[in-house]
Amino acid sequence: MLSEVAFWGLAALAVAGGVMVFRFDSMARATFALLTSLLCVGGEVLLLGLDYLGIVIVLMMTIEMAIMAVFMIMYMMNPAGLTPMTMMHNKQGATAICAAAFVLLAAGILSTPWPARRGKPPTDATMDLGMSLMGPQMLTMMTLGMALFATIVATVVLATRRGRYDRLGDSLRAPSTDDPIRGGVGR
Amino acid sequence: MQQRRRTTAADVALTRLGVVLLPVAALLAAAVVPLGFRSVSDLADGIVWFNAMEALAWAAVWLAGWGPNSTLALIGGYRFLAQGLAYELPHMLAITTAALGAESLRVGEVVDTQAGLWFAVWMPVAFAIYLLSAMAMAFWGPFDQPAGRDVAGGAAAELSGVDRIVFLGGRWLLLTVAAAFSVPLFLGGGNGPLLPPWLWTVLKTVAVLAFLVWIRRKVPTLRMDRYMEVAWVVLTPLAILQALVVALVVLVR
Repeated sequence: MLSEVAFWGLAALAVAGGVMVFRFDSMARATFALLTSLLCVGGEVLLLGLDYLGIVIVLMMTIEMAIMAVFMIMYMMNPAGLTPMTMMHNKQGATAICAAAFVLLAAGILSTPWPARRGKPPTDATMDLGMSLMGPQMLTMMTLGMALFATIVATVVLATRRGRYDRLGDSLRAPSTDDPIRGGVGR
Repeated sequence: MQQRRRTTAADVALTRLGVVLLPVAALLAAAVVPLGFRSVSDLADGIVWFNAMEALAWAAVWLAGWGPNSTLALIGGYRFLAQGLAYELPHMLAITTAALGAESLRVGEVVDTQAGLWFAVWMPVAFAIYLLSAMAMAFWGPFDQPAGRDVAGGAAAELSGVDRIVFLGGRWLLLTVAAAFSVPLFLGGGNGPLLPPWLWTVLKTVAVLAFLVWIRRKVPTLRMDRYMEVAWVVLTPLAILQALVVALVVLVR
């Protein structure tokens, strides 16, 4: 009973947070509405008895949203987010895609013939998770780790030093790009 | 009781959220810190829980800095995020090392493993890194730039009245909890001769806290961009080496 109340409460809060991401006109509020939503998802995972995954979701999402605030000053036109802005671009298209994805996932969940539980839940879910990730899937995880790391390095390399505003002026309308070295994309 | 200071076009809701979140995060983190051998909740993943709750302080300080729509407060908030990015990596490796030594993420088991030898003795690097990050997460002592005097109090610049006491009290609370968590992780928890376990915990916590407060008087403020380089280029490899040594010891044991 209590866990059902918690489940539906968290679910409602998660969806409400997700909706508010698109309703708020402030970057900071949108970021923290999204964080609220994701923390509720972490809570749902905790309710499922997957303690480790739930807590890790809380940890990762909090840090992720804080880092998003760092990216805000790196890339946004109004770094402090003090003037109103909207998170929506291509409203109709986004709405259609979101609705379609939701219907597809919900239909999948409801129409799948879920098997009944065989065996018992593990006594130490964290241990089992670690064994299954680092046991038979070790190679996958190592490859994934390297791929993620390479992506991070590539992103930093791409993001560093000069951006489009240096090349095309503050309003992005310069007739030709201003590059210290000739060649490259956009020429 | 002082009136709250008002700023133009402030985001009051987010400021309040940040101010309240700081002590709340510290209290939630304290739930897994045992007094003696008993804690509010000895979660199976207590160490990860502590880490997650302490990460909420990132959000709290940034919100408190961003909300008032004031330049110096904003600078303070962003300074803390930069500092967080600097200290978090070696910090996570340090607390992971303690978990590795006990082969468990449960704080209680980490304490039980130290009935003989304290982790601080055979994982000195991890312990030292933990103490550094304990100060950094509470933006304390040499890491006080997010609330530094050069930016008129930084993240706390515009806070007044009850907001100020809750926020700065939350910072104290976070420092105390961080110091208290070093006791079960590295200093044997409630283990000790003669005295009861709870008293040992309190004594060790007071000793660590006294050390951190003493450091504040001895070491000048450190800029977070400089600490970033030290943390990523020196401390992170050291922490990995320490984890490697501990992993080998655990495997051989």
